[in-house]
Amino acid sequence: MDLLSFFPEWVMTHGAALLVVLPLLMGVVLAILPSEKLAWALAFIVALICSVLALGLVLQIFGGESLVYSMGGWDPPHGISYVVDALSAPVLLLISLMAVLCLLYAWPSVRAEVEPKKRAPFYAAFLVCMAGLLGMVVTGDAFNVFVFLEVSSISTYVLVGMGASRDRRALTASFNYLILGSIGATFFVVGLGFLFMETGTLNMADMARILRDLDGGSRVAQVAFAFIIIGLGLKLAMFPLHVWLPSAYAHSPSFVTAFLASTATKAALYLLLRFTFTIFDVNINYVGRAEMILLVGFGVAGMIFASLQAIFQTDARRTLAYSSVAQVGYMLLGIGLATAAGAAAGYLHLLNHAVIKGGLFICLGAMWYRFGITRISDFRGLSKTMPWTMGAFTISALSLIGVPFTAGFVSKVNLATAAANEGWWWAVGVIVITSILAIIYMGNILKEAYFKEPPVVNGAIVARNEAPLMMLIPMWALALASIAIGINSDLMVQAANGAAELLFPVTNALPGGVTP
Amino acid sequence: MNPHVILRVVSKFLIPLIALFAFYVQFHGDFGPGGGFQAGVILAAAVILYALIFGIDAAKKAVPPSAVRIGMSLGVLIYGGTGVATWLLGANFLEYGVLAHDPSHGQHYGILAVELGVLFSVASVMVAIFYAFGSRQPDLTDEDW
Amino acid sequence: MFDLIFTHFNYAVVIVLMMVGLYVIFATQNLIKKLVGLSVFQTSVFLLYITIGKVSGGQPPILVESHGGDHALLSEPVLVASAAPVATHSGAYGPEVLYSNPLPHVLILTAIVVGVATLAIGLALVVRIREVYSTIEKDEIDALDYHFNLEGIDG
Repeated sequence: MDLLSFFPEWVMTHGAALLVVLPLLMGVVLAILPSEKLAWALAFIVALICSVLALGLVLQIFGGESLVYSMGGWDPPHGISYVVDALSAPVLLLISLMAVLCLLYAWPSVRAEVEPKKRAPFYAAFLVCMAGLLGMVVTGDAFNVFVFLEVSSISTYVLVGMGASRDRRALTASFNYLILGSIGATFFVVGLGFLFMETGTLNMADMARILRDLDGGSRVAQVAFAFIIIGLGLKLAMFPLHVWLPSAYAHSPSFVTAFLASTATKAALYLLLRFTFTIFDVNINYVGRAEMILLVGFGVAGMIFASLQAIFQTDARRTLAYSSVAQVGYMLLGIGLATAAGAAAGYLHLLNHAVIKGGLFICLGAMWYRFGITRISDFRGLSKTMPWTMGAFTISALSLIGVPFTAGFVSKVNLATAAANEGWWWAVGVIVITSILAIIYMGNILKEAYFKEPPVVNGAIVARNEAPLMMLIPMWALALASIAIGINSDLMVQAANGAAELLFPVTNALPGGVTP
Repeated sequence: MNPHVILRVVSKFLIPLIALFAFYVQFHGDFGPGGGFQAGVILAAAVILYALIFGIDAAKKAVPPSAVRIGMSLGVLIYGGTGVATWLLGANFLEYGVLAHDPSHGQHYGILAVELGVLFSVASVMVAIFYAFGSRQPDLTDEDW
Repeated sequence: MFDLIFTHFNYAVVIVLMMVGLYVIFATQNLIKKLVGLSVFQTSVFLLYITIGKVSGGQPPILVESHGGDHALLSEPVLVASAAPVATHSGAYGPEVLYSNPLPHVLILTAIVVGVATLAIGLALVVRIREVYSTIEKDEIDALDYHFNLEGIDG
């Protein structure tokens, strides 16, 4: 890896900590800045630096070494350690890249949606949220996960509530999210308490070792597992626990929606992978059973019911929000298969879906920016009034449905193959059925945009009014990324295989990729 | 004649003591129970008591909201800055040992600096929350209560 | 049965508080009361962690040692009723003392701060909700939003 030589050695050894510390401290600085422009510029620079750092870490991981960083020089298991391995590094890169793209989009959109006085603190809250997300992915200490989970959640409540100047329902959406999110985090921390009772340590690797030695542990460990799954389930919008998600996504500023949809639930899913596969072990009796019944059951139920709900929405952002819940179901199905191929397919879908949904929400935000559109019935003739935006939207929508040569196709095929390998033909059927449902709900939107004439206002047909360049860049970057992954998915499959290799000691879980 | 004369006199006497006690808790945190969190809350309690007795406008004159806002950030920056300092000295983040020649003294200085940051942040945040809620115009007048 | 409750009194309280908190959150329509429920719910966790940290017969986790320059030891060693060999702190600091585990206390201090932050944000949201909707009852807010939706003046 020649690229790796561009990074100074210091950055590579301390990169894991710098990735969290930099946005956290800059977020604090932004909070006292008076100027909105300066705040945006600083946030953008921080996100760029984080992306470069994350890229360096990913290259280092693909080079075959994983990284353990001891905070304060206290070695694990006593101190807090930051661990970058094949599972966490791609998620880190995903979060920081999405932050960069969303911030590009934020420049015009935040000016339209947030009051001037609140814009600099808005970016501050965003950076703190980003630090929290990066922190909960990078940390190797179970309680530190809770702290960062709450750091990101609390700043998310603020960000969602900032939508109030555009849509007053953002306040109630944020409040509901706060109540349910706090319950989820509290369940998670109860689970950690029981886990600490059982193992007497907080270091994840140490916990895993002790639990393995105890052969899964006593009832205390089982209770801990139940609490942790429910807590994380609330955070990642597992089907019956998803009620906070649609209104939070529909009423928050569109920049926040785009960022949250592509990162927040993904980071929680990463934690689910981390806890079910590395700390607990699928070979432990109760874990395996819980995955079979709970994750697969709720995942499949979510795929079907959330897709059905998505069809009957009138608000486009709600349609996409319910679709997000359905897509979480796909990932849960992959995880619940409890095989290397299943976990890899779930992980692949996690990465791909972030790219797809981020693009879709940015497009919707651009449409609101130009025409104030949120309802599906208002999409009439958008293919003529905003052709470029609608083009990017269409590509991402096709990718969401799973049309060949798009990212969605790659992950769905891998997921179906993984299920078929286990003999779960019904799961393949469910994947096909929900894809058809996706055609219906995305088709509703596309039909309005392509087959109807633009509305007539004041006697004239609405003129073409394209989104600003700052919005077009991120949406097309994501749409093209979606196609690029669809045509050549080696890189993503390689990442997913690397993660699966960490979770299960096998190589090449998915065909088509080169193992690192 | 002011009806709250006893409150005023007693609190005038107590507020400096509360603030002093906050600093006692802060620096005693080195040897026993105490530290930035507790000290910060006690210090904020002094300001809040002042605001309750003499009115929030007087409190805002004594501790201006802009200072509170800077204090919040300053505290985190002191904490993070300690970590950055240890980075510059070539150690891991927040590895206090390198702050002095003798690692155990370094730990000592590091903890003091970090706790000072915590004090600033916690006290400012507490006062900021109080200001934020206290400054809202109530839609009930005093007579309605 | 009663034996179990009396020997696990802390846990019984934790369960009761947790269930009371959860019930309040879901049973009430008043947003402030929901936050009260949330606080009660979180308090149960604090108690759980503190229970974990207690070692029977353990001292408060403060190093028993004078702060002399030469790190001199206290002349009177602290006598401990049940000195379980596993958890004693011995060696350079001299007297064998059984400490309670301070780690859960530290953890829960963090969780308390998180709880305070959540509560502050929640209250701030309620203040804003009351300013916008002039009510803090969830059913009334939902009714207002329903009409708001029907009239189609959103966006």
